[in-house]
Amino acid sequence: MTDIIVDLIITLVKIGFILAVTVGFFAPILTWVERKQSAIMQDRIGANRADIMGFRALGLFHILADALKMFTKEDFIPDGADKVMHTLSPIIALVPAIITFAVVPFGGQYTLFGKEVSLVISDLDVGLLFVFAIASLATYGYVIAGWSSNNNWSMLGSMRTASQMISYEVAMGLTIIGVLMVYGTMRLTEIGAIQENFFRWGIFLQPVGFFMFFTASIAENKRIPFDNPEAESELVAGYFTEYSGLKFGMFFMAEFIEMVTIAALITLLFFGAWHVPFLGTATLISLFDFLGATGSNIVAMLFHVGVFFAKVTFFIWVQMTIRWTLPRFRYDQIMNLGWKILLPLSLANIVVTGIIILALA
Amino acid sequence: MELFFFIPIALLSVLLAFGVVFNKSPIGSAVSLIGMMLCLAGVFVIQSAHFLAILQVLIYAGAIMVLFMFVIMLLNLKTAEDTVWKAREHNTLLSVLTGFLVLGLVYKLVEIATDANFGPGMPVAENFGTTEMVGAKLFTDYVLPFEVASILLLVAMIGALVLAKTKTD
Repeated sequence: MTDIIVDLIITLVKIGFILAVTVGFFAPILTWVERKQSAIMQDRIGANRADIMGFRALGLFHILADALKMFTKEDFIPDGADKVMHTLSPIIALVPAIITFAVVPFGGQYTLFGKEVSLVISDLDVGLLFVFAIASLATYGYVIAGWSSNNNWSMLGSMRTASQMISYEVAMGLTIIGVLMVYGTMRLTEIGAIQENFFRWGIFLQPVGFFMFFTASIAENKRIPFDNPEAESELVAGYFTEYSGLKFGMFFMAEFIEMVTIAALITLLFFGAWHVPFLGTATLISLFDFLGATGSNIVAMLFHVGVFFAKVTFFIWVQMTIRWTLPRFRYDQIMNLGWKILLPLSLANIVVTGIIILALA
Repeated sequence: MELFFFIPIALLSVLLAFGVVFNKSPIGSAVSLIGMMLCLAGVFVIQSAHFLAILQVLIYAGAIMVLFMFVIMLLNLKTAEDTVWKAREHNTLLSVLTGFLVLGLVYKLVEIATDANFGPGMPVAENFGTTEMVGAKLFTDYVLPFEVASILLLVAMIGALVLAKTKTD
């Protein structure tokens, strides 16, 4: 009985940690990073107006100001809109983005106080597929948002979302097959553990796969250069034109959390997860042997979690840089890239990977 | 414990299935259908067929229904009128035949229900429902149906392409 309670507490702590990191830390801080980084890249001063008693803290108070604004703004539902669906869609968009983290491991396995603790909320056999299955459900949030708004701009936005998401999901799913072939497992913890060996990092085993996955995942997140669904110069704001206040905030938050998901998946699949090159877990623990069994494990755990989130932060930075560097693609260019370049390339990637695996076996 | 999860999920899926039929707006029907598919995935999870459950979500709820939605929006289907439900004379034969089909279905359902073993379930193998086992079964015991289904899908795909092409030319 006590075992169950201990397990329950450990799981709750892990869930709390993931929520704190994604919803509590990354989502709000990224609103600030987005403005600040774009300002630096465009040689502007950037967000620095919000101050408390003259303190500006590099514009960090804008996060508080944003939150206050979203909570106090009028929650507007347009005339002729489907009220239930209009309210439901931001929730459908946000929830899957958070749920995907249930299977994303942010560290390895450690022995704390004689108990094996694995740093993942749920270690599913179909982990990788789970991420895609849940992430694909978010599409409905965007599609229904546009449809229920009773606005032609929104409608066009959600039609573009539907076609774009379908197109890139195909390419993305086929890209992932290459990754599955080289690792031979869908369990994300195992994929992470394999990459303890530096030469087994995904970027070396699936170099083409990495670029295709990155492209497809940015397209899935609908950020520039793939932001046709919201294209503010053509469609006002696309599918969320008719949203205000906290519901608009939820769409925004979903986008930022998806950025974290993408960065986490890229770290996990292609860049050695929580490992540092040439520093195995066993070596790391033996380095801190003087702290005792539990102490050295705790140090290793904290080190790995730190490394993992440092990598995640780096890939968020890469996404931000891409977003503020490239212009928006045209709609036909997006479709061509998805169907005529990424899809054949991902199929070729599978064939070539298969041949190499057979040749080496 | 199993029933504790099964009963609400099963009830909800039946409810949502009725929602698909009786909802007036096409998008509402589609959303009900998505919900029902998610419930079915839940039933699969209870049966410890995790791989099947994930595929149910990924393919049916995640991909096919997005296309359904897309088509509904593209055709801009309006909310159904109240007078759609009307018996038509020239459909009588079809209706009677359908009635017989339903009778057969009910008979089969009753048969299954009476034969069902409601005792404690059989223990399943350790790796039951995992990707590995489904893959092994699919490529050894069921390789012929698997390949036939693949060819059928390929034919359907090519057929769709040919149909679309002749229309645009």
